[in-house]
Amino acid sequence: MDDFIAARSQMALSLGFHIIFSCIGMVMPFFMAVAHYYYLKTNNIVYKNITKAWSKGVAIFFATGAVSGTVLSFELGLLWPRFMVHAGPIFGMPFSLEGTAFFIEAIALGFFLYGWDRFNKWFHWVTGVVVGVSGLASGILVVAANAWMNSPSGFDFVDGQYLNVDPMKAMFNDAWFSQALHMCIAAFAATGFAVAGVHALMIIRKQNVYFHTKSFTIAAIFGCAAALLQPLSGDISAKDVAKRQPAKLAAMEAHFHTEKSAGLIVGGIPDEKNKKVDYGIKIPGLLSFMAHGDFSKEVTGLDQIKPEDHPPVAITHYAFQIMVGLGMTMMTIALLYFLALWKKKQWLQSDWLLKLFVAATPLGFIAVEAGWTVTEVGRQPWIIYNVMRTADAVTPMPGIGYSFYLFTAMYVSLGIIVTFMLYRQIKMVGKLYDLPSDTKH
Amino acid sequence: MLYVVIIYLWTSILLYLLLGGADFGAGIIELFTSKANKIRTRKTLYEAIGPIWEANHMWLIIAIVILFVGFPTIYSTMSVNLHIPLTVMLWGIIARGTAFTFRHYDAVKDDMQDIYNPIFAYSSFITPFFLGIIAGSAVSGHIDPSASNFMDAYIFSWLHWFSISVGLFTVAICGFLAAVFLIGETDNDHDRIRFERKAKAFNIAAVVSGVLVFLSALADGIPLIDWVFGNAVGIIAITAATLSLILLWYLLYKGKKNILRVLAGFQVTMILLTTTYRHYPNIVVLKNGGYLSLIEHSGHEKTIEALAMALLIGSLFILPALFYLIYSFQKKKVDYVRE
Repeated sequence: MDDFIAARSQMALSLGFHIIFSCIGMVMPFFMAVAHYYYLKTNNIVYKNITKAWSKGVAIFFATGAVSGTVLSFELGLLWPRFMVHAGPIFGMPFSLEGTAFFIEAIALGFFLYGWDRFNKWFHWVTGVVVGVSGLASGILVVAANAWMNSPSGFDFVDGQYLNVDPMKAMFNDAWFSQALHMCIAAFAATGFAVAGVHALMIIRKQNVYFHTKSFTIAAIFGCAAALLQPLSGDISAKDVAKRQPAKLAAMEAHFHTEKSAGLIVGGIPDEKNKKVDYGIKIPGLLSFMAHGDFSKEVTGLDQIKPEDHPPVAITHYAFQIMVGLGMTMMTIALLYFLALWKKKQWLQSDWLLKLFVAATPLGFIAVEAGWTVTEVGRQPWIIYNVMRTADAVTPMPGIGYSFYLFTAMYVSLGIIVTFMLYRQIKMVGKLYDLPSDTKH
Repeated sequence: MLYVVIIYLWTSILLYLLLGGADFGAGIIELFTSKANKIRTRKTLYEAIGPIWEANHMWLIIAIVILFVGFPTIYSTMSVNLHIPLTVMLWGIIARGTAFTFRHYDAVKDDMQDIYNPIFAYSSFITPFFLGIIAGSAVSGHIDPSASNFMDAYIFSWLHWFSISVGLFTVAICGFLAAVFLIGETDNDHDRIRFERKAKAFNIAAVVSGVLVFLSALADGIPLIDWVFGNAVGIIAITAATLSLILLWYLLYKGKKNILRVLAGFQVTMILLTTTYRHYPNIVVLKNGGYLSLIEHSGHEKTIEALAMALLIGSLFILPALFYLIYSFQKKKVDYVRE
């Protein structure tokens, strides 16, 4: 295996693995805080059971997320030393702050997981909230660092030298807000749908219905609210990318030719050789509107970008289509769910809505992976956009292929074990938490 | 501000060695515990490190972030030439952290425990062993950034007797720290005596592997004796460590857990001080005799300033919270035992 491809694959695998665990680790504490709050306010034991059941999942996910995050902080250097030697001091600010946030998260998690009946109950509740807030802060900071690679700022690049470094400017680069917003909402949507889907399945199977209905409601409301907000943040992102990274937008849309009132291509198979898209549906003017808020404006196509600076079009295009398609699907389910809560209470009792949620269980995370693919692959061939090429950043060490295979084996087995443990947790809910009070309600 | 960053780097390495080391050591002790006592050891271990183990390993992240933000040349040189031991250490970290969590949080306690337990115990050994190898390699003078063949650049940079001895020494120190710590965590004489024996055994192992470190340094032409004994600070620190060691052996029979812990921590601090003081500000010795220095190879001034501020502000949040975490779980345990 080619070392460069191996290094990119290993990085993609490590990030793709970590992103799932960190999303769950930063969102679940908020779900738990809500359940925990209801327990403290109503004394209804089911909410305590929900909080405890979720916290076991969180402990598993947090530990896996923490170690895979530790691995990433080393992999940056192991795989991309020539990038880190220049970038470290410039985009390191969010990482230094993230160290603090992550540390606080670990401390608060210790208090929360082991603090039942040991501390004042509201102090204990607050430690749970702190886990969520510091987790969210960590997520925002790490995304801000990634945003810097898309929108490098806070230094002057003169004759291959990185001068006048300003770490604060680098952290608050032009892309940090739109990227962090999009990622945080995505984390809530993905986790909300995944958790709601699992509980929906258990309701359909008529197992511990009271417990699972309460859990489902909390997760579904969070997930659906996020799914409704996400298109708005997507719009901010699209306009931002159009301004900063026209090559990425062009690849996302397989937009080969610069034109006014450009059409939005839905689906289709990009033909990079003949610079056209087969079998796609074109909606006139919509791309111009998405990118610039005006149906007639010109959108830069790949023809305006030097061939050696083109990102891989097909992957970026497919990933973008998947992300948007799944986002729209989740938004539709969210609308149905809120309509059910508001006007059509009878829908909540029917199986079809629950079945929709079961079917949607993995959608959010597939969309997260696809969206991450868009932003990373769409930035290629650059590791620092318009400054350093990814190929120039890779480690000189040969044989990275073996490292990639070993990491793949490790992450696959970890994924299997975590899934297996989650399955067991859910199967055991009846025995561990379901109390006689369940049947009384 | 550069000095603030350097102090934080040193302190996080020390705290990682002490807290993370004791944490690794607990797993090493489990590895060297007879089958009959394994379950009891596991229980004591879980109660002792359960709430704080995640926090113990944050010091490594703090240290690595300081290194790649503040001293990028040092970080990337080590990343390239020590790629292999760093990767093995990472596998150890993944395996250990997940196995520790899985074995406790698996809803069904069955045969899967037989998978988690050995993974936890062996990775508790392997991770500090490779951390020691990495630390030893950094100062061994075997790192050669200009090497043209694979073996010289990526294998012999870390595979030599000196770094292996340092690795064994690190493992012994971790086991020693954990044993001394666990003495105070037991609630019965049987376990206390067991951990006292372990503490002595690991102490002897540390002395033996320490001698091995000196011998291999001698054989390898590494002027370790001069580094340690060639200056007043080194001599004083080593003397203090040795004297406190005698005191510690004496006190092992008295069972004063807090004094024992302070003494064990003090010894390890002195060892780190001796081994780093003479080198300061150099932390990597290259094959061509060159050095990578914390002063000369630090990042841009503004970066260092921002990093120092981030660390200072961060510790305002971290340290009180961490102390309260450790304090409350130590205190609650005492209350619990009294009841």
